[in-house]
Amino acid sequence: MITTYIYLIAYAVALLALISLGLSVIFGMMKVINLAHGEFMMLGAYACVYCSSLGLPFWASLIVATLAVGCFGLVVERLLIRHLYGRIVDTLLATWGLSLLLIGVSTAVFGPQARSMPGIPGTVAIGGTTMSVYSFVLIGVTILMMLVTWLIATRTKVGLVVRGTMQRPDIAGALGINTNLVYMGTFGFGAAAAGLAGAMLAPLTGATPLMGAAFVSKAFINVIVAGGLPLIGTSLASAMFGTVDAVISYLASSVAGEVAVLVFAVVLLRMLPQGITGRFRRGF
Amino acid sequence: MIYPVGGSFLRPGAPWWSAIVLAFVLLVLAPRGLDLALQYDLTSIFICGILALSMSFLWGGVGILSFGQTIFFGLGGYGYTILVMNTDASLMSLVLGVLVGGGMAAVLGYFMIYGRINDIYLSVVTLVVTLIFEKMVRATSGPEYVIGSVRLNGQNGIPGIPGLQLPFLTEPLSIEGVFWFAGGALLLTYCGLRLLMATRFGRILVGIRENEQRMELLGYDTRRYRLITFIISGGVAAFAGGLFAVWGSFVGPEMFNLSQASLIVIWVIVGGRTTLIGPIIGAALIQYLTKWLGTVGVGQVSTVMGAILIVFVLLFPRGLVPTLGDLLSRLRLAQVAQRSLKDAK
Repeated sequence: MITTYIYLIAYAVALLALISLGLSVIFGMMKVINLAHGEFMMLGAYACVYCSSLGLPFWASLIVATLAVGCFGLVVERLLIRHLYGRIVDTLLATWGLSLLLIGVSTAVFGPQARSMPGIPGTVAIGGTTMSVYSFVLIGVTILMMLVTWLIATRTKVGLVVRGTMQRPDIAGALGINTNLVYMGTFGFGAAAAGLAGAMLAPLTGATPLMGAAFVSKAFINVIVAGGLPLIGTSLASAMFGTVDAVISYLASSVAGEVAVLVFAVVLLRMLPQGITGRFRRGF
Repeated sequence: MIYPVGGSFLRPGAPWWSAIVLAFVLLVLAPRGLDLALQYDLTSIFICGILALSMSFLWGGVGILSFGQTIFFGLGGYGYTILVMNTDASLMSLVLGVLVGGGMAAVLGYFMIYGRINDIYLSVVTLVVTLIFEKMVRATSGPEYVIGSVRLNGQNGIPGIPGLQLPFLTEPLSIEGVFWFAGGALLLTYCGLRLLMATRFGRILVGIRENEQRMELLGYDTRRYRLITFIISGGVAAFAGGLFAVWGSFVGPEMFNLSQASLIVIWVIVGGRTTLIGPIIGAALIQYLTKWLGTVGVGQVSTVMGAILIVFVLLFPRGLVPTLGDLLSRLRLAQVAQRSLKDAK
């Protein structure tokens, strides 16, 4: 019983952190929620399925999908987001338009039916609970991704510049940092993280044009409650909401789990309107 | 923000009143000249117009951008349906449906507005709430989900909703009757909101939209005003939802979904949120375009809507009606300037 709960909670927390990371990096940097985040994940899933159908091994497909969506993110930043800096509401609307556009185009190109791919098969039984190997892979990839993000942010020169720009873009600019380039890079990184999340989801749900919408509402809540700091906030919020979601979903249904997360989040925002890390001055 | 935040909503003058009277006369006469299919389509556009008004009143009036007007639209529709199929008192059910939407707006709005969450958060939270409502309704397909005598039916929605029975009439409203009723409702809602914006209350809303902090320093409890506006807007959207159920005699989870939510935003952006009339025109244009795309068989509504949204945000952020209005006043100015130049010579 206890192992079942631990397993379900760990899996829910990891999944939530994985699908929120890209969104929260972009949000932390530009204070903008990328409403096309779900569709970036969807593109990652399609890229992964396509690579896998070409005969690439799973790991290689994952990396190609991540890089491909990252490059797509850079293009989107150059063509669309760049024109809207300082107009936060317009960025929100434009990314929503992009989301609709991507859903429409991918329905036309790939068709509405799901494209599936094999993941990593197999199950293990621990303490009477059957657990899939793939869920451990997902938890591992999430931890790895968080670790890589943390190392880049705190242990490299690039990370220092990014954190500085996040705190005070004006001062960073005055010190000779090209903040536009930093924004562009952050957006690309966030898109790549979304692509990785989508690619990891592909073996579980298959790739469909509407898959983004199915996952994205949890990610939005998570990032808003997390507040401004991408890594600390996402970890804390995912731990909290993942636990609520897993327990309620197990006891009632997955819809009940989502409703519980939403109600919890709305009440929490009444008390902490800037999110958990809204008052933190430092950190990433 | 590099363009003016919004319109000023001065007290309307004689041209406005004559336009309203003209619109009313046209509405009364219209069914004589139009065939039933066209009346039926126009009725749906009237309902979309009311829904667009609910959002533009909130956004253009007090500056709250709610992406989830579909929450109240759907609740109004479902509220009306469940009440009318249980009680048969249809006008009463329509009113109660509005109260259901307004009540939901009050609860949700209290937490968001009194929590003083950032405007962007509010937009995204409302969007998430409508997505979760859709999932919730879709999950009610089992026979155990019954309210009174009505099965909620999940994915499939509730068909066969009885028509609207007005007092003093012996029969439920016909297609023509619903046309008049919805058209009248649109006119009344528009006039009501427009006149409300010209009152003292409306001036306070405009003040809050332009600079909330300054209004607070002047002693206004801005959270109360924002919440009241949110509730009114939720009620108007719920009214549109109830009318939608009357018009189509069907409600389904699609009323809550992402594409419906995005349509409302697109109507308002295209029409221009700084006026109240713009979004109605935007709704009419976009609904006509969607229908046309359907008949041509392009089937790419989502792509086209996404492209329209991006183009308008990038190139015409103020929307059609204010942009055209600007153009007209600039032309008039140029004429005046030319005339005075001639006079000087």
